[in-house]
Amino acid sequence: MPSILTSKDFWGGVMLIAIGVAAVVIARDYPFGTALRMGPGYFPTVLGAVLCAFGLYLAARGARSSDAISGDWSPRALIIVPLSLVLFGVLIDRAGFIPALVVLIIGSSAAGKEFRLGEVVLLAVALTLFCVVVFIWGLGLPYPLLAGF
Amino acid sequence: MDLFNNLIFGFAVALSLQNLLYCFIGVLVGTLIGVLPGIGPLATIAMLLPITFNVAPVAALIMLAGIYYGAQYGGSTTAILVNLPGETSSVVTCIDGYQMARQGRAGPALAIAAIGSFFAGTVGTLLIALAGPPLAEVALKFGAPEYFSLMLMGLVAAAILAQGDMVKSLAMVALGLLLGIVGNDVNTGLPRFTFGINELTDGIGFVVVAVGVFAVGEIISNIGGSEPREVFTAKVTHLYPTRDDLRRSLGPILRGTALGSFFGVLPGTGPAVASLSSYLVEKKLADDPSRFGRGAIEGVAGPEAANNADAQCKFIPMLTLGLPVSGVMALMLGALTIQGIQPGPEVMAQRPELFWGLIASMWIGNLMLVVLNLPLVGVWVSMLKVPYRLLFPAIMAFSAIGIYSVNNSAYEIYMAALFGVLGFLWIKLGFSPAPMLLGFVLGPMMEENLRRAMLMSRGDPSVFVTRPISLGFIIVTVLILVLMMAPAIRKGREKVAE
Repeated sequence: MPSILTSKDFWGGVMLIAIGVAAVVIARDYPFGTALRMGPGYFPTVLGAVLCAFGLYLAARGARSSDAISGDWSPRALIIVPLSLVLFGVLIDRAGFIPALVVLIIGSSAAGKEFRLGEVVLLAVALTLFCVVVFIWGLGLPYPLLAGF
Repeated sequence: MDLFNNLIFGFAVALSLQNLLYCFIGVLVGTLIGVLPGIGPLATIAMLLPITFNVAPVAALIMLAGIYYGAQYGGSTTAILVNLPGETSSVVTCIDGYQMARQGRAGPALAIAAIGSFFAGTVGTLLIALAGPPLAEVALKFGAPEYFSLMLMGLVAAAILAQGDMVKSLAMVALGLLLGIVGNDVNTGLPRFTFGINELTDGIGFVVVAVGVFAVGEIISNIGGSEPREVFTAKVTHLYPTRDDLRRSLGPILRGTALGSFFGVLPGTGPAVASLSSYLVEKKLADDPSRFGRGAIEGVAGPEAANNADAQCKFIPMLTLGLPVSGVMALMLGALTIQGIQPGPEVMAQRPELFWGLIASMWIGNLMLVVLNLPLVGVWVSMLKVPYRLLFPAIMAFSAIGIYSVNNSAYEIYMAALFGVLGFLWIKLGFSPAPMLLGFVLGPMMEENLRRAMLMSRGDPSVFVTRPISLGFIIVTVLILVLMMAPAIRKGREKVAE
């Protein structure tokens, strides 16, 4: 028996309601205007209400019956993939193109199910070289290869 | 003749060395990602979009379009040889294509797929050239109410006809619209939903959303899934179809092209809908339907023609009305906007080289694909041996560089990471992200037109139903909604989704 706690629809509905309510609440600070002269608050308020309505419907539907959220996902990937992207952002301004790219490639490889060190190092070298040739030398993007050293 | 002159002009544009080169790169990349399951045209175009900023608009669009229809060709190769759909559009091709390959007829299957696609591509190109100018002519007369109703119709239809849960798709459209209006309000300059963050006053970057959701989000979700990547490649011996093959394929190709062209201009119907309906039609018309599923060449010819015709005709509403009917078209629209071109019916008059050059390049690109695909089949198949664990770090690298190169802003990289997580969440909860992208692109335009329409009518909302063209769009919107609520159609739709 699928439980409400694993229901796709229920949580989807909850997400929509949360976003919808937030939109309506935040948009209260913006002048609503009239139908003739719609203020900046008009459209977002309507959209927020629409989202809430969809959310309520989905949550109710999910409470009755719904597909369960499938378990085949990797918490590791969910953390490491965005994290390595953030690291790229931090490093490219401070350390340069090459370090940022190498960290991103090795970092995101670590999110996968298999991690073979030799292979990953080879990939990082080859891919970084390719990117330097194509993007920096070929397309002329103005990023320092190494910075701050 | 006008059409003739315009096409000649288009070919002159498309045949310039630079444009030919970009067309070639486009179809090459398109075929590659088409062959590879796990990466589709949406993610690829999003990733490469920023790189096209430094290129002339025509060349940029030619290349991006090439990726899109090139992927349709590549997808069929994987479907026939490996029984895996390289793209969703070639799901149906697996059925009979792979059976043909098992019977040692992989060559003719590939050849017929290419011939069918090429024919459909040619017809699709002609259709754009024929339908484009009159449509744009009509659209030039549109005022704010017409545009609002048109966008409403487009978004509702896109959400409802798309694969996946209807309600969830509609909700995603609304969410996309909301995300689209983040930033300074056009009329008053008031910052909305910026949370005091300076970078958000110009709105959330289009590339950030597209790459974040479709490249990063997909990767997070793909890594978790199982990897169905066993390659049991059938040997391709001889390519040429027999006379009998050709005779059998002629009808399916013609009908598939017609079906694909029809579904192509409808919002939301992905290429899978076109190819599936072509398959069903051919099965119904066949003298001996039991041959289907056991290597009937009709089951390859029809669907392959249909999905390519569909892909080409998706350009018609985008180029003439500025209305994206699929996720990829939303990206194309974004590419135009970023290049400083306001999409809409004026494009054809103001930038004829863009419209006609693109059309001509599509035909040239289709020709290149036939030449590229058949002799090089072995090369493409060997690409399938590249495991996903080597592929996704490369996608991450290109994505990161792409996002950063838009504004040289690390902040946008962080935003993309956030959208990656959101994209993953949406996929897990069964929300398909493509309708969100449509809403996101149209959000600001829709609000703008709504406000203008209400000003025009002095606050009277009946303006949307008293102007005939606008009324027409509204009627269609309501009709689609009502039809889809009907239980019988709903059931049929669920069946198709399976």
